[in-house]
Amino acid sequence: MITIIDYDTGNLQSVMNAFARLGAEYQLTADPEKIKNAEKVLLPGVGAARPAMEKLRAAGLIDTVKALTQPVLGICLGMQIMCAWSEEADTECLGIFDNAVRRFDLPGLKVPHMGWNGIYDLRTPLYKRLDENSYVYFVHSYAVETNENTIAACHYGQPFSASVNKGNFFGAQFHPEKSGPIGEQILKNFLEL
Amino acid sequence: MLAKRIIPCLDIKDGQTVKGINFLELRNVGDPVELGKRYAEEGADELVYLDISATIEGRKTFADLVKRIAENINIPFTVGGGISSIDDAGPLLRAGADKITVNSAAVRYPQLISELAEKYGSQFVVVAIDAKQMDGQWTVTTHGGKQPTDKELFSWAKEAQERGAGEILFTSMDHDGTKNGYPIETFAHLSQMLSIPIVASGGAGNAAHMVEVLSKGKADAALAASIFHYGEIRIGDLKQQLHEQGVPVRLK
Repeated sequence: MITIIDYDTGNLQSVMNAFARLGAEYQLTADPEKIKNAEKVLLPGVGAARPAMEKLRAAGLIDTVKALTQPVLGICLGMQIMCAWSEEADTECLGIFDNAVRRFDLPGLKVPHMGWNGIYDLRTPLYKRLDENSYVYFVHSYAVETNENTIAACHYGQPFSASVNKGNFFGAQFHPEKSGPIGEQILKNFLEL
Repeated sequence: MLAKRIIPCLDIKDGQTVKGINFLELRNVGDPVELGKRYAEEGADELVYLDISATIEGRKTFADLVKRIAENINIPFTVGGGISSIDDAGPLLRAGADKITVNSAAVRYPQLISELAEKYGSQFVVVAIDAKQMDGQWTVTTHGGKQPTDKELFSWAKEAQERGAGEILFTSMDHDGTKNGYPIETFAHLSQMLSIPIVASGGAGNAAHMVEVLSKGKADAALAASIFHYGEIRIGDLKQQLHEQGVPVRLK
C-alpha cells in the first residue's frame, strides 16, 4: 500500500491513476499518524516551492516527513522540496538532501524544460531493468545539479539530477506517472523496494 | 538530449473521435481512449483532444471522457475546445488533463491567460494561435481563419508568453490543410524570439515537412491530425525518419 501525502498541492489524479493501472493499492492522506505508519510514502508536488513548503508546514507534516524511515519517493516539486534550499522565492526546504535547487539559466535555453529526455548513469534498484538513456517526461524550471546523491542524470544545457537517493529517500525530477512503460517500470521498482 | 515531440490531435464530438480512421485492427475506431492508446504505443509523445461538440450535453460527455483518458493513457495529454473561463478549465484539470489549450477566448480576453497561469501554473496553459498573412503581416484570426482580429502574430505570441503561457501552438491558416509544408522562416523567428516551446501545426503532408519544421523551423514539437488518422504517416516510421535526419526523438 502506497500512502500519497495529500497537502493540497496541485493535481494528484495522475499519480493515483498510475498506481491504479499497476493494480497497486494506495491511500491519499494528510494524517501524520497514517503517514508515519505507511509501508511506502509518495510526496507529490506541482506548483511552486514556497507555497508547497507552507502547505506542508500548515498540515504539520515537516517533522513527520523528515523522520520517515520507510521508502519515500518525491516526484518533481516533491523531490525539490526534499532538498536544502530552492532559489524559487528563496525557500528553505526539508533538507533531507543537502543540495540546492536552482533555475535553469543559460542563454537560449527554453524554460521550462518540457518534454521527453534521456536519463543516464542509472543506479540503485529504482532503475533496475531499465536501459541507459531511457526517455522520461519532464516539466520543470528548476533543477538540482548532479552530486553524490544523484542516481540518474539528465542533460539540458548542463547536466542535472534527474533522480536522487539518500538512505530511504528517493526523488525523481521527472514524472514517472506520465512516462509511458518506462515510468511504469520505475513505479513498479519503487513498489518492490 | 531533449527530444522533439510528435503529437497526434484528435477531434472529439459527443464523446467520439470525428475523423475517419483506417486503423482497422482497432475494435472501436471511434473511441478516443482506444485510439489514444494506440498512438501512445506507436510512439506519440503527447496527445491533444479537441472538443468540437456544439451542445451542452456534448461538453458534459467530454468532461467524462477526459477522466477516462487520464485513467487509461500513460503519456501527457492536452485538452481544448471552447475553454473560455477559469471555470471551464478547472474540471478538466481535476479530471486529469495535463494541459489545456485556449485560442479565441484568449484573443477576446487576454487576461484569461494570466488568470489560468496564476491559478494552475504556466505548464498547464497552451495558447493556440491561428494566423494568416494579410497586407504583408501575420494577422491573428479566429473562427477557423475566417475572422481577422486586430492582433499580429509575433506581438500576440510575446504577450501570451509574458502573461504566463507555457507553450505556443501556432497554425498558419495559409498552410493548414494544404499538405505543402509549414512557413519555416516564420516558425524559426517565433521560436527564437520566445523562451517557451513552440508546437507547429497545420500544413504537413509528409515526414520531410516535419523534419524541416523541427530542424530549420526550430519548433519543439509537431502536431497533426488527418495524416496520422488516415495512416498517411505512421508515427513509428516518422520518428525513424526524424532520427535518421539527425532530429532528436524518443525511439522505443
